[in-house]
Amino acid sequence: MAFYRSHVLVCGGTGCTSSGCQKVQEALATSLKREGLDKEVAVVQTGCFGFCRLGPIVIVYPEGAFYTQVKPEDVPDIVTEHLIKGKLVERLLFKEEMHEKPVSLYGDIDFYKKQHRIALRNCGAINPEKIGEYFAVDGYQALAKVLHTMTPQEVIDTIKASGLRGRGGGGFLTGAKWEFAARAVGDKKYVVCNADEGDPGAFMDRSVLEGDPHTVLEAMAIAGYAIGASQGYIYVRAEYPIAVERLRTAIAQAREEGMLGENIFNKGFSFDIELRLGSGAFVCGEETALLASVEGKRGMPRPRPPFPAVKGLLGCPTIINNVETLANIPPIILKGVEWFTSIGTERSKGTKVFALAGKINNTGLVEVPMGTTLREIIYDIGGGLPGGKTFKAAQTGGPSGGCIPVQYLDIPIDYDSLAEIGSMMGSGGLIVMDETSCMVDIAKFFLEFTQDESCGKCTPCREGTRQMLEILKRITGGQGKPGDIELLEDLAETIKAASLCGLGQTAPNPVLSTLRYFREEYEAHINEKRCPAGVCQALLNYRIEPEKCKGCGLCAKECPVGAITGERKSPFVLDAGKCIKCGACVAKCPFKAISR
Amino acid sequence: MNPLKMIKLTINDRSVEVAEGTTILEAAAQAGINIPTLCHHPELRKEGSCRVCVVEVEGARSLVASCVHPVMEGMVVRTNTDRVRWTRKNIIELLVAAHDRDCLTCDRNNNCELQRLAQDYGVREVRFPAAVRHDPPDCSSESIIRDTNKCILCGRCIRVCKDIQGVSALGLAFRGSRTKVGPAFNRGLANVACTNCGQCVAVCPVGALKERSAIDDVWKALNDKAKHVVVQVAPAVRAALGEEFGMREGSLVTGKMVAALRRLGFDRVFDTQFAADVTIMEEGHELLHRLENGGPLPLITSCSPGWIKYCEHFYPQLLANVSSCKSPQQIFGALVKTYYAENQGLDPKSIFSVSVMPCTAKKFEAARPEMARDGVRDVDAVLTTRELARMIREAGLDLPSLPEEEFDLPMGMSTGAGAIFGVTGGVMEAALRTVVETVTGKELRHIEFEAVRGFNGVKEATVAVGDRILRAAVVHGLANAGELLGRFCRGEVSYDFIEIMACPGGCIAGGGQPRSCSKETLQMRANALYREDLGKKVRKSHENPAVQEVYQKFLGKPLSEKSHHLLHTSYEKRSDL
Amino acid sequence: MSERDEIRRKELDEVIEHYRGQEGGLIPVLQKAQEIYGYLPEVVQERIARGLNVPLSDVYGVATFYSLFSLKPVGDYKIGICMGTACYVKGAADIVDRVGSELGIKVNETTADGRFTLEVTRCIGACGLAPVLTVNKDVYGRLIPDEIPGILSKYKDM
Repeated sequence: MAFYRSHVLVCGGTGCTSSGCQKVQEALATSLKREGLDKEVAVVQTGCFGFCRLGPIVIVYPEGAFYTQVKPEDVPDIVTEHLIKGKLVERLLFKEEMHEKPVSLYGDIDFYKKQHRIALRNCGAINPEKIGEYFAVDGYQALAKVLHTMTPQEVIDTIKASGLRGRGGGGFLTGAKWEFAARAVGDKKYVVCNADEGDPGAFMDRSVLEGDPHTVLEAMAIAGYAIGASQGYIYVRAEYPIAVERLRTAIAQAREEGMLGENIFNKGFSFDIELRLGSGAFVCGEETALLASVEGKRGMPRPRPPFPAVKGLLGCPTIINNVETLANIPPIILKGVEWFTSIGTERSKGTKVFALAGKINNTGLVEVPMGTTLREIIYDIGGGLPGGKTFKAAQTGGPSGGCIPVQYLDIPIDYDSLAEIGSMMGSGGLIVMDETSCMVDIAKFFLEFTQDESCGKCTPCREGTRQMLEILKRITGGQGKPGDIELLEDLAETIKAASLCGLGQTAPNPVLSTLRYFREEYEAHINEKRCPAGVCQALLNYRIEPEKCKGCGLCAKECPVGAITGERKSPFVLDAGKCIKCGACVAKCPFKAISR
Repeated sequence: MNPLKMIKLTINDRSVEVAEGTTILEAAAQAGINIPTLCHHPELRKEGSCRVCVVEVEGARSLVASCVHPVMEGMVVRTNTDRVRWTRKNIIELLVAAHDRDCLTCDRNNNCELQRLAQDYGVREVRFPAAVRHDPPDCSSESIIRDTNKCILCGRCIRVCKDIQGVSALGLAFRGSRTKVGPAFNRGLANVACTNCGQCVAVCPVGALKERSAIDDVWKALNDKAKHVVVQVAPAVRAALGEEFGMREGSLVTGKMVAALRRLGFDRVFDTQFAADVTIMEEGHELLHRLENGGPLPLITSCSPGWIKYCEHFYPQLLANVSSCKSPQQIFGALVKTYYAENQGLDPKSIFSVSVMPCTAKKFEAARPEMARDGVRDVDAVLTTRELARMIREAGLDLPSLPEEEFDLPMGMSTGAGAIFGVTGGVMEAALRTVVETVTGKELRHIEFEAVRGFNGVKEATVAVGDRILRAAVVHGLANAGELLGRFCRGEVSYDFIEIMACPGGCIAGGGQPRSCSKETLQMRANALYREDLGKKVRKSHENPAVQEVYQKFLGKPLSEKSHHLLHTSYEKRSDL
Repeated sequence: MSERDEIRRKELDEVIEHYRGQEGGLIPVLQKAQEIYGYLPEVVQERIARGLNVPLSDVYGVATFYSLFSLKPVGDYKIGICMGTACYVKGAADIVDRVGSELGIKVNETTADGRFTLEVTRCIGACGLAPVLTVNKDVYGRLIPDEIPGILSKYKDM
């Protein structure tokens, strides 16, 4: 293997790819070649660093210099200043919001300091398209250890003892799932990786698949050994083309290296993996729906029991684990139960990856120990809210979850604490909202989502979510009636109690949790026909405040329906009867004289 | 699952013991506790989708669907709590909101499962805006009309069409609240591989599927003084019609039915069983002819028009095996417009020929272009058993209190062999009675062929016919038929003679019969037909004097040129999609 | 049949052949068929039904269940505007409006010249760049409505 004095890591995740990392990488390669450095400096395309806001991101090792928002025209500076002269390129270094001085080094950045990366340990650190790099970070060591030194039952016992719980939403004990499948009788058994990451606002699974695909393959093989399966399927969203490509590459390389296929490590254990692409149905995240989809059918859940561990894919015992769950398996095997259980809380062990998005400075992926508070995540790691806005709520758990209001900023986050306050861990999407977010509108957004993604099989979900959405549309559209809140609650309880699958049973959560913490917002919409956050168009009343208006007339020019009239240099007037509430005038007014 | 292992649980504080694998719904029924259902149907794959059967199980976070949830040791179930009742009521209300509520003018008024549930649960207002489709009904089919605006997406029709009939003309399309039941690309039923069997109609809990009614045409003909209106009634009708009037299942109402038809104004009331006897003469001789002349074998029966269309769509390579004999309905129609017309000195054009059938596919069959000569149709209108019941009610007749009357002669004269055509295995048994005696020339001592009776999906028998062993098979339900024919095409089995009936159980379970659910009802209808057979003086088709007369005076002999012209037909390959 | 049709049909038949008899082959075949034809015409679904020996109602049922399958022809450039939570909170609806008004079409419509189809998509996981739109495989993030004309013009004369 060639020796390189420096490694330049370019993030190749979806975020950075769309910010143009490809061009940066090409520029680096050309520039290094021109300077004759291509034998000394290696350029590595890695998976996601998690700091998507600042992409494209480039890290230069051994120093660990963290360059952000790098453009192709910045490349000559990195090459001549840093790689030739050995000086950091100060203007490209990351600057913390609060500090004057740029932070030069990767490990010093607040965003990373408080993180504890287990599932994401290799994301951004290795080239996901080279199995050799995975080997170099102890890749497939866990599989080797398992095959050489452990019985299937010992593997199951280890995973059980680690207390690892499913990271995809339900939080079921992974080891227990494996044990059920191991005990179930069947000629064939299957391991299925649920990579149908559908919660809007969650993208940790995509990052693992893009940044560290082999860890998923390795974990699936371990699971296969534990339960006695020889075939695995990865059900991955077609919307993740980079992840799909890297998985394809990884599977091919793993087969070539004998990590998949017949008689792995000569221990008589055979295991292979096939990819199946999701075709756009959120409900396929539900395990029985996912299995139906792998079988080539409409992704409709079926009643349980029988559970997939007993009767799953093609009627055979099957375990279904989510990507992040699997990414925890090799480290648990290698570092042991004690290490893993030392992280996290009493009933939620290890770490959880959160996808920070919404009204927050540092959008991206963060992995923190269970029990970290929301405040630490949002302020210490996430850098707080932009534009000096105040925190109103965080939405976790996607369409199945709920919102967490400001009074719970300091509760330690784990599966149980979130459930207690009416939200859920879900897959780890964490969307921050400020005072300009309308909670009724957010509830409507999620109901629109579940309503559209309902498979249509059971009555409560199919008809109930449709009617709940109708009511929410009515409320946000200014047609709310007294009794609507009670009707929403009535429907919500029915849907929760009687729906066939998890999607339906949790569909009302966004409404129930916003009702729990922001009931007065609903009441304002219904009784006062007012949207306190100023979001719901139909409830806005545009008005020009005469004392602020300077009479420039820009608004009148912009208004598409001629609702604004007036003489220049004196306050203009807005005719509410004509106004279509498009908001064009507000955006145009230089004096913020138009209120709504 | 061990059906011998008993499970103890409590339902509504009563201790219940049932076999392992039993569902909560079944266990409750055994304990005499009624739980409402909609998507559930005892003869269909369990779905658990409508959720009106939810119950409370101690320790479960949400309610569970009792129709699919198996019992477990020590389970504590409550079927009648406030939460359960209120949840069910909300679900029913949601279904009603999504349902086209023209109940007063609906085919299923007073006979609708959703309506009954809404009534039982006191749904007195719908708090939600109507969420009803406004699709035009599918009237493309001669047999079946489909109105998606009334569909509640229970999926029973899909399950029967796919699992029991192996046809899959209907399926689910789209998802969520846009989910829709129907053929692919929203095509009309006439434009896809639908067999018109009407099993979908039979299991639909609401008015989304119904037969294309011929009632108006029949009333019109009855009121037309210039028309001579004759009616024929298929065997299975008399074994089920009584159910529509609250009579016990399995009541045999032959005489009362004849009386009712006379009072409706039919000029002659005849029996399809007469034509069934003619069918046996033709088909029996066709079998003998093929046995003697090298096939093609097996000969497959052609009485069931659902099966015929299935064969045309899915097994066109076997059309040469299907008997060229028309079905009894069409044989009857052809004879009415020729033999009977000649006898009575009537212009065939002045005869209006009506049939009452347990079947929706018969409507399509009667409308086939080949089932007519010179523009004179064999059969002008086909009524289902249900339609006849409606006409009887419309005429203010009370079937149970009518006297018993006899069919008109000569075409009302029939044998026991004709009667059992209405139940699976019946055609085979009737044919064997005639074929064996024809070949041996000796009277059969025992004419009941038990091996071909009963409701097993596939029944096989070997029968000595003279010095030859006849290998026979009887299948009912088109999925069973498809499976058997698949095996035959792959060379795994071989037969000389196969009886195929489209509907599971035969015509007694036809798509035009009073809607019923259970095997028990079918058994009682079957028993009624076997009673009719037993009660007949003549029980073998070739001994029917009226049939003998038709051959002497008109047809000559079986398979004669005249009978080929009138009583035989041909089939066409149709698209498999 | 044009030469192009013949090539595509041959390609489709090869895909069908590959998956024939495999459990769960229907969805991969439909995915490949959509790659070949751009959408799933009726005749293609019929061919798949026959080829895989699956009822047409099942093929149609699957094709209409999953949102990535299209039963109508789509434009050369498929514009997908992410409507995930992060994008929604950051104004994706305004982006939809702007693209729609620039192209004169509504969501799920295709321009008359067959160049653009406008769709809203589920979260594509680029939440850090919200709001986001994709044009075929290109991704544009941190959008403001005024950037839309510039982005579209790149594809207008390609």
